[in-house]
Amino acid sequence: MITLTIDNRAVTVPRGTTVLDAAASVGINIPALCHMDLKGTCVKNAPASCRLCVVEIEGRRNLAPSCATLVAEGMIVRTNSERVVRARKTVAELILSDHPNDCLTCPKCSDCELQRLVIRFNIRRMTYKGEQSQRKHEETAAISRNMDKCILCRRCESVCNQVQSVGVLGAVRRGFDATIAPTFDRMFKDTDCTYCGQCVAVCPTGALMERDNTDRLLDDLYDPEKIVIAQPAPAVRVALGEEFGLEPGTIVTGKLASSLRYLGFDYVFDTDFGADLTIMEEGAEILHRLKAFLGGDKRVELPIMTSCCPAWVNFFEHNYPDLLEYPSSAKSPAQMFGAVAKTYWAEKMGIPREKLVVVSIMPCLAKKYECEREEFSLNGNPDVDYSLSTRELARLIKRSNIDFMTLPDSDFDTPMGESSGAAAIFGATGGVMEAALRTVYEVYTGKTLPRLEFTDVRGLQGIKEATIDLAGFPLKVCVAHTLSNARILMDKLRAGELDYHVVEVMACPGGCIGGAGQPYHHGNVEILKARTRAIYREDEGKPVRKSHENPDIQQLYKVFLGEPLGERSEKLLHTHYFNKASKSS
Amino acid sequence: MQILCCGGTGCKASESAKIVENFHASLEAHGIAGKVDVVVPGCFGFCEKGPIVKIIPDNTFYTSVHPSDVEEIVTSHIISGTRVDRLLYQDPVTGQHISDSKHMDFYRKQKRIALRNCGFIDPENILEYIARDGYKALAQSLQRDSLDVLSDIKASGLRGRGGAGFPTGLKWEIARKFDAEEKFVVCNADEGDPGAFMDRSIMEGDPNSVIEAMMICGYCINAHRGLIYIRAEYPLAVHRLKVAIGQAREYGLLGKNILGTGFDFDIEIRYGAGAFVCGEETALIHSMEGRRGEPTLKPPFPAEAGYFGRPTNVNNVETLANVPVILTKGPQWFASVGTEKSKGTKVFALAGKINNVGLIEVPMGTTLREIIYDIGGGVKNDKKFKAIQTGGPSGGCLTEKHLDLPIDYESLAAAGSMMGSGGMIVMDEDDCMVSVAKFFLEFTVGESCGKCTPCRIGNKRMLEILDRITDGRGTPEDLDTLENLAKTIKDTALCGLGQTSPNPVLSTLSNFREEYEEHVRDHICRAHKCKSLLTYSIDPALCKGCSACARGCPAEAIVGEVRKPFVINPEKCIRCGMCISRCKFGAINVI
Repeated sequence: MITLTIDNRAVTVPRGTTVLDAAASVGINIPALCHMDLKGTCVKNAPASCRLCVVEIEGRRNLAPSCATLVAEGMIVRTNSERVVRARKTVAELILSDHPNDCLTCPKCSDCELQRLVIRFNIRRMTYKGEQSQRKHEETAAISRNMDKCILCRRCESVCNQVQSVGVLGAVRRGFDATIAPTFDRMFKDTDCTYCGQCVAVCPTGALMERDNTDRLLDDLYDPEKIVIAQPAPAVRVALGEEFGLEPGTIVTGKLASSLRYLGFDYVFDTDFGADLTIMEEGAEILHRLKAFLGGDKRVELPIMTSCCPAWVNFFEHNYPDLLEYPSSAKSPAQMFGAVAKTYWAEKMGIPREKLVVVSIMPCLAKKYECEREEFSLNGNPDVDYSLSTRELARLIKRSNIDFMTLPDSDFDTPMGESSGAAAIFGATGGVMEAALRTVYEVYTGKTLPRLEFTDVRGLQGIKEATIDLAGFPLKVCVAHTLSNARILMDKLRAGELDYHVVEVMACPGGCIGGAGQPYHHGNVEILKARTRAIYREDEGKPVRKSHENPDIQQLYKVFLGEPLGERSEKLLHTHYFNKASKSS
Repeated sequence: MQILCCGGTGCKASESAKIVENFHASLEAHGIAGKVDVVVPGCFGFCEKGPIVKIIPDNTFYTSVHPSDVEEIVTSHIISGTRVDRLLYQDPVTGQHISDSKHMDFYRKQKRIALRNCGFIDPENILEYIARDGYKALAQSLQRDSLDVLSDIKASGLRGRGGAGFPTGLKWEIARKFDAEEKFVVCNADEGDPGAFMDRSIMEGDPNSVIEAMMICGYCINAHRGLIYIRAEYPLAVHRLKVAIGQAREYGLLGKNILGTGFDFDIEIRYGAGAFVCGEETALIHSMEGRRGEPTLKPPFPAEAGYFGRPTNVNNVETLANVPVILTKGPQWFASVGTEKSKGTKVFALAGKINNVGLIEVPMGTTLREIIYDIGGGVKNDKKFKAIQTGGPSGGCLTEKHLDLPIDYESLAAAGSMMGSGGMIVMDEDDCMVSVAKFFLEFTVGESCGKCTPCRIGNKRMLEILDRITDGRGTPEDLDTLENLAKTIKDTALCGLGQTSPNPVLSTLSNFREEYEEHVRDHICRAHKCKSLLTYSIDPALCKGCSACARGCPAEAIVGEVRKPFVINPEKCIRCGMCISRCKFGAINVI
């Protein structure tokens, strides 16, 4: 342990602690901007570049960045001396001098970390004026970039490279002309960007934002000709409450359904229904491939890999086009929902396809891109018309005069609103695997699972593995979250060294609960943990906890789909992948 | 007999290659090609008088030689033994011709340690290096305990010549302490200060000294791989390093089991694209790794985690060039030169408004006055000395009152400048100090990597303020803002580049504040350098009314009747100076 003095207070912390963390441990909150450390995950950005967290350390000539300076025995630190306060304010004023400062109309207003610091430092006028950076703007299906607002904190670069290993973002040009962008300052659309959106999730300002679909939704809701239906994802209900001041991890499923109804959706269904459907199809595919593989069929390759996560799909299409036969052909829950809604349900209700608008509410930004994939449409009409993030829904609720806190609870509509606990856990890393195992085990062995929880595949560890006893057959499974962990697995697979039967991959840290469309975590990993716990609470509270026991799913197969992997299921619920390796980043 | 014809980049630009060619042809024509060697050594230092041709053994030092002079040198000097007086250096005071360089003021006060072989040996012939005790230090070191060798380097008091002046022996000792499977010795040859060329000259003139020193360093810190990071725009230095490395390998001085001692060491060259910030050691290492050349926070220092995370010792070229001679002549000999805390010599690139532009090496503790007036021959055109910028773009401007300062690391820092890598630019009364500060800041703004806020935006804002001041739009408040920004940037920037970039502004603000004040208060630039601040007027007493000025004025700013005094409309005047060149009567005034 190291003992030092910070602002005249003795602090004892473990060796290797930063001055910033040491100060925080005694309630001294040093302002920081570029710094982000989502402890326990691999999300870390410590370039020490913004210089806002500088402190005075006795015996040092210059001010030191507390975020990257490690404590030393006997160190004497001042975080609030005149020298520090003046320097800090000047640095903040310099950042503002190259920032558009259009806070009133900025989409990040009130969630902006720079704005919070300006308020905190009591900056009331623009001290420095001068040339402003003219950087690129881009609107992709998922991400909206306005790099004029970029403060070069490099968080996006860190997540894109270290966390996701996608490597699209980096610094381009130098000095005042520096910008964070793909090589040669190209557009995202011309790169291997997976649209995972984690750059958006960590951006402190409004430089990187989700593409906003709220106005488009309002137009559709106001259109009397259109029937608009909603499907919110599992991870949305454990995070939406944060936008209204509720504790992270508060489950607001009932309020979510009510709010969607009050917004004017004609029917409020649930993506969880699609998740149960995914388990039916993917579970059947696992069993089919496993049996064929064990039977010696050389055409069958293992492991089978999950395919719910659209950023992961983009990732393997761009980087591993030689391995496209490994991922399951099952569509994502949201797309399965859309495909069924625009066929089975629309026919049943007598609604023409072109009048039916399916809107997904997602913790994700890649889902926006997924909606635009051509193969998920019929004659140009998409199965899921478009997607809104959790944050966009919250904005729309506030905008529509709805007091979220006093909303009554309500249920989702039937038949596509009923779901199992297995579907609920899709929102956390390991959840799809656990849900699949619950079904695969019982179908394969014909026995009832003695214990539903597969705790080995839960938690924030980057790569988790477990061996399941399937009536004497040791089923080896693996779960990875973040694309850098996915890359480790895929490189092993390519080298013929991946010894698993089933693999789950989610692009975002923690799974969908850490998705790029969720309320901002601002570097607080406890928020992700609280959401994860809520996901499992949601599961425990469900009367039905296995997908194949969902009565509405059973009914759907009975009256419409036939059987998993059957002809109609294959047509509606399965997809294929593309070689996208031609674009390089 | 030997003819040494300077092959440094500067003399090469003045056709020294053609001179060499002509010597070969002439010697051949006279049938004495076999008796006279033509050698192309590195820089002699006296660039003002280049190209230099030196005749050995009589040490005749010909200056400003033109290819057409070659025939005369051969027939008169080489064949008949009569010196060509007109090509000898002429003492500016006595007017006497001086044939031996050691009698010239330019060389008299110099002490050449790092440059000991530059201008004396053929840098592309390892045998000439060996003949002058080259690789003797290595051979001796490999027979000694590496700790003893290291303690010699420590005892010598050698400090880093790249700028910061960190004790070299201590640096090696720290790198030695970190155990790793692989360690690296890196030579920082990313010389980037505008106008500085000491490292280039050493590599061009004596590449083997750098190679030998890197090997000795490797032996001391237990590293077996050396990397030279050199900017690609130093093609001659690159070529000579390659030749030297090749010859060293050939002679068993690089590679496996060197001199039969079991010590292995080899060197690779890595090219930089010329970014100034890549001279910062962490940025340099990132650049070598194939990453963006950006600095990272220290600690961890490269000695702990450098090239690809391995312990790495980075030394600059000039630092390394001192190492072999410290070991052959002993650390006490080296420590006897210089001041109490700064031992040995320092090479400076002397430039600007000075008579003897060139590369000089002087003992630490030499005064600026000795450098400017004795070695440099004083200010050009007998103008009044105003300031000297030391330490390159990150250094500061020193004035008359600093002339008797014995220069070393500490004294320069105390005076608000720095040693830097050794640039020295002399300024006279015609230099505007605000413009000088702007010039250097323009350089650092252009070379900032953009990583940290203070350097990226702060320096840009300072430059904009200086732009305003030199453009006549400055206010007295701007001076306070400048000072505050400069101090904050110095205090908060991430790396050495940012931390030192405000030095030109701070030093000129402190030493020439009245010039800044004149710019913002009176809108006057006393050096007449800031165009926007100039007021052109016609002296009616001198004007004959010839209308030449009005007819030549591109802005139609001059009006008047013929044979009566003309008048300049300041609103229209673009201060181009055309009227001055047209007026035969000296009637145009500029304030």
